[in-house]
Amino acid sequence: MKSDPGLYGYLPWDRRPQIRWPNGARIAVWVAPNIEFYELDPPVNPQRKPWPRPAPDVTAYATRDYGNRVGHMRMMRVLDQFGIRGSVSLSTAMLTHHPEIIALVLERNWELFSHGIYNTRYTYGLSEDQERAMIIDAMQRIREYSGQHCDGYLAPALSHSEHTIDLFAEAGGTYTCDLFHDDQPTPVTTRSGKRFVSVPYSLELNDTIVYVVNKIEPRRYGEMIGRAFDRLYAEGERSGTVMCIPLHAYQVGHPHRLAAFQRALDHILSHDGVWLATGREIARHYLEHYYDQAMATMREIEESTA
Amino acid sequence: MSLDEKFLSYEKLRHGMDHERYEWSMLERREPVTWPGNAPLALWINVCVEHFPLNPQSAGFKAPGNMTMPYPDLRHYTLRDYGNRVGIFRILEALDRHGFHASFAINGEVAERYPYLAQRLAEVGAELLAHGWNMDCAHSSAVDEQTERQWIRQTLAALEHLVDQPIRGWLGPARSQSSRTPELLDEAGITWCADWVNDDLPYRFRTDAGDLVNLPLSLELEDRFIINDNLHSETEYADQLIDAADFLLAEGRERGGRLLALNLHPWVIGQPHRIGQLERLFEHLYGLGDLVWSAAPSEIIAAAGFVLEGSGLGD
Repeated sequence: MKSDPGLYGYLPWDRRPQIRWPNGARIAVWVAPNIEFYELDPPVNPQRKPWPRPAPDVTAYATRDYGNRVGHMRMMRVLDQFGIRGSVSLSTAMLTHHPEIIALVLERNWELFSHGIYNTRYTYGLSEDQERAMIIDAMQRIREYSGQHCDGYLAPALSHSEHTIDLFAEAGGTYTCDLFHDDQPTPVTTRSGKRFVSVPYSLELNDTIVYVVNKIEPRRYGEMIGRAFDRLYAEGERSGTVMCIPLHAYQVGHPHRLAAFQRALDHILSHDGVWLATGREIARHYLEHYYDQAMATMREIEESTA
Repeated sequence: MSLDEKFLSYEKLRHGMDHERYEWSMLERREPVTWPGNAPLALWINVCVEHFPLNPQSAGFKAPGNMTMPYPDLRHYTLRDYGNRVGIFRILEALDRHGFHASFAINGEVAERYPYLAQRLAEVGAELLAHGWNMDCAHSSAVDEQTERQWIRQTLAALEHLVDQPIRGWLGPARSQSSRTPELLDEAGITWCADWVNDDLPYRFRTDAGDLVNLPLSLELEDRFIINDNLHSETEYADQLIDAADFLLAEGRERGGRLLALNLHPWVIGQPHRIGQLERLFEHLYGLGDLVWSAAPSEIIAAAGFVLEGSGLGD
């Protein structure tokens, strides 16, 4: 085990390249609906139980299933209303279990990226070969179903190994959503040396973390989104920022939560300098315009303080 | 280091669900439901009437609300019992004030311990649901089949003499089921259950014997979940339920009847500092007038087009 994942160098907030998003936008806002399938009775990973109660855990399973049966359409309608294309963090098993939902998001030109096969299959304990096979399998499923190249990865249920990001970069990925160290994209160092970046996802504004872990009230979640946006929008005048709103239809899609979420989006979209982007678009723009500069700055800082 | 190959094999990867209990179906792709009087929103208020033993065995897992302190946990035992002595009567008054229907999901052991209360609830004329034997009897795979069958029979036997009609509805303690619970419910004459919280409307639920209907009783909107699990204030509770009612009402106007399934625990919402917020919620719902259809769960299932065999729910 390592004491540091070794994935990125130190790049202080006051030494950033001046990022400008397309059309001079100050902030790139992306919404990442997690479209997931959780199994009722999966094989139990030695390091992490899928459900708190003995199998079948009817309540935990049904809670997730609500998102696909009920919540998805509501969530999608709100995003449609604001012209937001989702960047889907996809349990690729959904392509087979519930293709009806995937057809709807592809009609809307949403991006699909990999969130593994099932959200009840964790990375823990897989050998490097097994994890590579799983990562490639999921990317191929996306390619075969949608024609899209899978550029991004959020490991299933945020379960990682030491090699997760190396493996995804080697398989042809461009960006990871698994790192929470920044409000801008940053270069990520992998063993293959490929040009690869982190695109800020968010735990703090992730509806599941908000509702299940931090137990936040729905109206307050709306306020939190508003406050985060206001700050990142203001700071984005100096150098463009990224704000991600990760969603789960089984959380945000409940009737007591949608109105507050809608108000938050309304607030965001009342500003001019917003680039409504997908994860892939943010990663590409950064790779093309700012990656090299950021690498050079990191080297300079390292050398000047060595 | 590696895992067995089964961790990378996906035997239930197929169209639809990874089990046989119900068909995959998106609510909005179904034929819209019309409630009586064209009300966009049906209101199902269910009150759980529960007994938490002082000496829980907690086979499999501990249902929420059970004892947490070393024996004898008098604080939680009596706090739960408060609901049966005081809280429930506050809820009954609040219901009565607005003429709202409610169902009562009763632990069999409550009827045995407090026959006065059970009769009082039966006399309201409300529908009674079997709510398992007590809150330490959560149905799960940690319990053997005979025990489960016995709990179901014992519960029905304790409740059935209270009402003229057989009891047809089931809410498991903690909404929990084993893989065989649905078959055992069917065998005992139950025709619908409320345990699976994966939908906002009733749907057909398969068992090896006969089909049941599952009428989801929302967990995310219940008092215990919002107040005890999420630690939100009573004011927040009412605000969230009001937001939910308004949202569902708007959706119901555009897309077919919707259901607000409101689950209450007298030991939670019946406390003196909380009951006023339930009353505020009731006032809001009452103020929506004819837009809200307050009904018994069996009526809601029937209005959604399900004919439950043997339940006399009409045709």
